[in-house]
Amino acid sequence: MTEGLGDNWTIIAIAGAVGMLAIGILFLASYIFAPKRKSERGRIPYECGIEATPFSWSRTNIRYYVFGLAFLIFDVEAVFLFPWAVVFLEAAAAVFYEMLIFLGILMFGLTYAWRKGGLNWR
Amino acid sequence: MSFTDILFAFAGLFGLFSALAVGVLSLTWLERKTLARIQQRAGPSVVGPHGLLQPFADAMKLVTKEDIIPAYADKLLFWMAPVFVAIPAFLIWLAIPFGDGIAVRMLDLGLLYVVAISGIGVVGLLMGGWASSSRYSMLGGLRAAAQLVSYEIPIVIVILSIAVLVQSLSLDAVIAGNTITVGEATRDLPGQGLIPFAFVMPMGFVIFFIAGLAELGRTPFDIHHAESEVVGGPFVEYSGAHWAVFFLAEYLNTFVISALIVVLFFGGWSWPSPPESIFGHDLSGTTTNFVGGAWFVFKSYIVAVTIFWIRGTYPRLRIDQLMTFAWQVLIPLSFVNFVLIAVVLFYDWPLWMMPTLSLPILIGAVIGVQRGRGVRGRPQTVRVLRRSAGEIGRPMPNAPTQTQIAGEGHAGD
Repeated sequence: MTEGLGDNWTIIAIAGAVGMLAIGILFLASYIFAPKRKSERGRIPYECGIEATPFSWSRTNIRYYVFGLAFLIFDVEAVFLFPWAVVFLEAAAAVFYEMLIFLGILMFGLTYAWRKGGLNWR
Repeated sequence: MSFTDILFAFAGLFGLFSALAVGVLSLTWLERKTLARIQQRAGPSVVGPHGLLQPFADAMKLVTKEDIIPAYADKLLFWMAPVFVAIPAFLIWLAIPFGDGIAVRMLDLGLLYVVAISGIGVVGLLMGGWASSSRYSMLGGLRAAAQLVSYEIPIVIVILSIAVLVQSLSLDAVIAGNTITVGEATRDLPGQGLIPFAFVMPMGFVIFFIAGLAELGRTPFDIHHAESEVVGGPFVEYSGAHWAVFFLAEYLNTFVISALIVVLFFGGWSWPSPPESIFGHDLSGTTTNFVGGAWFVFKSYIVAVTIFWIRGTYPRLRIDQLMTFAWQVLIPLSFVNFVLIAVVLFYDWPLWMMPTLSLPILIGAVIGVQRGRGVRGRPQTVRVLRRSAGEIGRPMPNAPTQTQIAGEGHAGD
């Protein structure tokens, strides 16, 4: 592409602004047309008809964090793979084998987590 | 960039947004009609011919509906969450090519851009779930985060396999690779020029399709807003315009995944053959581009209808099945696919080795998953419950023993 990186980012920023504007218009239309009733009852969070407890920001199960951590590892690894994917055919053969070793270690880690039951949801 | 350029870009992007909004409205109509046909109903049929104006009526209704912000909510985050989901869904469209070099911006890093932007949507869902201060929302938001994050990995790895195959990260190169040749002449396929990547990489295609469905939270994978489990997930407390924006984002994403499947695996606007080769060069460039774009959109709609069809046909998975499937089946398989394509290209094997090697693995995996569902026909739930009961070292609460069951049978007589 002839356009520089800066130009691409300008377009993306403008697109973000356009999206905000369009959604803003929608919100504005809703603000103008939608009815506004002052009802304390209607603003209580939904909880199957019983009186809702004010704050639901309580403890959550640890397994969400475990999967989040595992995801981080794989995402970082994808960042390494992106540049590798487009150059390894031209680069030295060692580059290819190094990545295979890296993936092997990663797969070993996945197998370890699997054997330890870390990949089971319970 | 001069000021007029920016103004033009602004106007053009606004046009794109409006076109996408119309596309979304048509998709909602199409989905309701498809589901209705599957369930032997008529679907929307009152507003306009064949109910075609129904989506507009719906949009009107949503805008004029009261926009409630719950009493205990974190108001700023609650207000912003739909925007965080919708904007990335729109931004992905900047990189999608509608024709030969026709895109808002033909990014050289198109594949990376798509992956990077699509990851942001999770934040919005989690934000909405947390800010609503409702237990159902909180659970739904967490489930959304866990699910979307898990299924993002197979998608990224399959997109990387495509990048390895075309040796480029640009979506234009992907389409060119889908239709013409891949790499040098030595790596040609039999019947080259007619083989889209779906047949070069059948395993990658299947993984991408399944993981794409999960990324959308469409029905076999819709646990984060499953009505019978967490009511509406992160959307429980939303109504009116805010809910409409979530809805818009969901259908934009459906459209994006359909378009990506078409671009990555079925040659976008170009496959089975570029418009020039059919109409010759008699047509003007604009007409050719229009034909190509229309063909691309038509193909995307076909994929979208397939997604709706699956929604109408399959039951919902449980959360444990869903997460286990992502981590124990899809992620290893996607890595196998990735390494396989890298090895095939590195050792300069002919490209038909790829489908021949990956198809048996795919079929084996399908059979393995089928088998894994039950040991000798016993449903997995029972097996897991028995196992966990055994591990804890006490009998399952309220589980009747064999003698009890037999005894009750006699007593009943």
